[in-house]
Amino acid sequence: MTRTLVTDAGNTWCPGCGNFTIQHALKAVLAEMEAAGKSLDEIVLVSGIGCHAKIADYTNINSFYALHGRAIPVATGIKLANPRLTVICCVGDGDAYAEGLDHLIFAAKRNIDITLVVHDNRVYGLTTGQYTPTSPLGFHGKSTPQGTTEYPINPMELMLASGATYVARGYTKKMALLQQLIAGGIAHKGFAFIDVLQVCATFFNQTAQYNRQVYELAGHDPTSFEAACVKAREWDYNSDAPIALGLLYERERQTFNERVPVPVMTQEVREQGIREVLEQHR
Amino acid sequence: MKEVSVLIGGKAGDGISNAGALIAQMLNHLGYYVYQYNDYPSLIRGGHTFAVIRAADRQVSVHQDRVDFLLALDKRTVDQHHDASPACTMIVNVDLVRSSHDGQGISLYAILAAEQAPAIMGNSAVIGAFAKAAGIPWETVAGVFHSHMPKGLEENLRVARRAYDQVQTVRAIEPLDRTARPLLTGNEAISLGLVRAGLSAYVSYPMTPSSGILHFLAEHADRLGLTVIHPENEIAVMLMALGFSYAGRRVAVGTSGGGFCLMTEGLSLAGMAELPIVIVVSQRTGPSTGLPTYTGQADLRFVLHAGQGEFPRFVVAPADANQAYYWSAVAMNLAWKYQIPTFILADKTLSEGQYSLDPENIAAVVAEKPHLWDRTMPYSRYRDMPEGISPLAFPGEKDAIVKVNSYAHDEAGITTEDAGMVSLMAKKRMSKWIGLSFALMDYPAVYVGGKTDAPTALLCWGSVRGACEEVAVALGLRLVQPVVLRPFPAAQMTGAFTGVTRIITVEENADGQLATLAREHGIEAHGDILKYDGRPFTPSELLVRVEEVMAR
Repeated sequence: MTRTLVTDAGNTWCPGCGNFTIQHALKAVLAEMEAAGKSLDEIVLVSGIGCHAKIADYTNINSFYALHGRAIPVATGIKLANPRLTVICCVGDGDAYAEGLDHLIFAAKRNIDITLVVHDNRVYGLTTGQYTPTSPLGFHGKSTPQGTTEYPINPMELMLASGATYVARGYTKKMALLQQLIAGGIAHKGFAFIDVLQVCATFFNQTAQYNRQVYELAGHDPTSFEAACVKAREWDYNSDAPIALGLLYERERQTFNERVPVPVMTQEVREQGIREVLEQHR
Repeated sequence: MKEVSVLIGGKAGDGISNAGALIAQMLNHLGYYVYQYNDYPSLIRGGHTFAVIRAADRQVSVHQDRVDFLLALDKRTVDQHHDASPACTMIVNVDLVRSSHDGQGISLYAILAAEQAPAIMGNSAVIGAFAKAAGIPWETVAGVFHSHMPKGLEENLRVARRAYDQVQTVRAIEPLDRTARPLLTGNEAISLGLVRAGLSAYVSYPMTPSSGILHFLAEHADRLGLTVIHPENEIAVMLMALGFSYAGRRVAVGTSGGGFCLMTEGLSLAGMAELPIVIVVSQRTGPSTGLPTYTGQADLRFVLHAGQGEFPRFVVAPADANQAYYWSAVAMNLAWKYQIPTFILADKTLSEGQYSLDPENIAAVVAEKPHLWDRTMPYSRYRDMPEGISPLAFPGEKDAIVKVNSYAHDEAGITTEDAGMVSLMAKKRMSKWIGLSFALMDYPAVYVGGKTDAPTALLCWGSVRGACEEVAVALGLRLVQPVVLRPFPAAQMTGAFTGVTRIITVEENADGQLATLAREHGIEAHGDILKYDGRPFTPSELLVRVEEVMAR
């Protein structure tokens, strides 16, 4: 390894926070990529805003610490601007499913070749405990002391419907699987979506429930859209149903960045183009 | 002085603006400078739409109320416009206009039937009839059709010729001995100006009156080497563009007031993360949805102050296509030199009006190289350097870890809450104001026209300058147009007002936004003329109002 993957920024995640696991998994994937000959200079990490986003400060690679909900359009712009870059986008459930839901759906629709890791702890941590789009019905948060009165959305179903070409779910207590899913997402050509059930040690510790409900997919055919839909609908982010972990769906489709190639043109040629356009307008 | 004005009117869907553009080209090919104003409602079919083409032996950038030719595809055109020009030469479509006004009639129905041509070609008949009435040689008509008719050329020419042969020459327009110039809308001039300074990506969501930039750049993307993206909304536009900027691509976005509202969180990010970006805001009548297809100047304060927190910015408001062509290139260069957001503040009049471009009279601008990392020191994105300008590196560059951040950050781009560092970085950003203000001294940031030593001055900004300058010339007044509005060109403004004892501001808003900005800088106006009905000032209308103020 040519550089340490951790910056000297002081880490302020709570003890037991699931973000540590995601960062460890990501670092392991980066180390593997470097060992396989990929230059870390060609990797960019884009984050939203929230506890998860500190990963941009803590990880010693190119990063764009963006705005709440706005990591995906930034990541899209970077990939379009320079498709040689590997763009990894870490966001929270508030980022992806509330503030920036439009961008999420469009990223899937376009099949932009980025990897989205959603740190889905199902609670707003940094703002000290309010419900999110994936919090269960009746969730008691600071903005909903009587319990929420709305059902959660099911992001897996949403992403399948929106055209995502890599749809997976991980869990922060299953580090090896998580690492495998992130590596698979980066290797996937197209929009890779990984919802990570992340434990929030302080505001919503679901460890016991998750440990009871989760199972790793075996014998599942990820090329079957129908089979993926069945697995996506098995748990609605609200019930006590079994929670499938792993790769639910993967398919190949031309990517947005392949359809929008980078123009290669010198300024001299551009100026010739301007002269031609002016002549047309004469 | 020679000049001629032509008004063509009909219903939306009749192709009035395209017909106006062909007439503008014919007058261009007679050697005239041309300005075209398009007035149309916010709908697809029906309503009343018209274009005024004004041609003169000097640059003009505003239309007049009184016209010499009135070309009416329908009755409403006559009803609405004849009274302002009782002595005009008329060509009317007799199928729909049966009034007793003088003029020559043609039957579009009969001409189209004879040529078995579709209804949309009716405007070619009107153009042909106008050309004959104005004594324009058929070769000129055919030449312009050949160059500027994208499809159905032969059929349109036959329709035009049939009408040409049916009318008499009654008011011949004298040709001038000058070659034709490129005719560009303000939006097109902004587009090409940006490309001159190295634009390589344009990101925009359609919004009148800025959409012309999106359409034009998308159409010419291959020839000009551009990536043109139309994302899901203006929030994505701004953030996607900042992704391009971070990766080292020269990028611009364009919108109008409502879309710019959505861009402001991204704007503030550009300020904090020090990402270069050019933002085109073309104003229309507000507030809110307002009048989508009409003009206004009510967003000056919004653009000057938009975005939370404090950060340097550059705001330029060109008056016409020639200024737009020059200053758009400057705006791009300054964005990259200072790593700041820069604005081109336009309005509907400029964006969609068509002008004669004088490329040989516009100062050259080349795409300037920004301050790049020279690899002598380890890379720090926000290294504290003179003038606040940290060397740039882009992701993908060997050994550069490029970290940008919306949070308060240290020199490496890592989040900090340290009081000393927060203050140091704020000072670094704000110090760009100083360099930028000095740099402006090298640019023509204030335009002075009219009688340049007169003691009474008209003070205006943006497209209103067209009408103001003509009134200033007519009444012997000085005309002052600050082209740059942020940083306020204080020294050049003081120079422009030397010897002035009376200032009258002219603006297309209700608040007098430039007047209050000037007051903040010690320039006190003695009277103001405001208009906020969505229609641009014409010289004749403005002349009356200036005389009223002067008589007080």
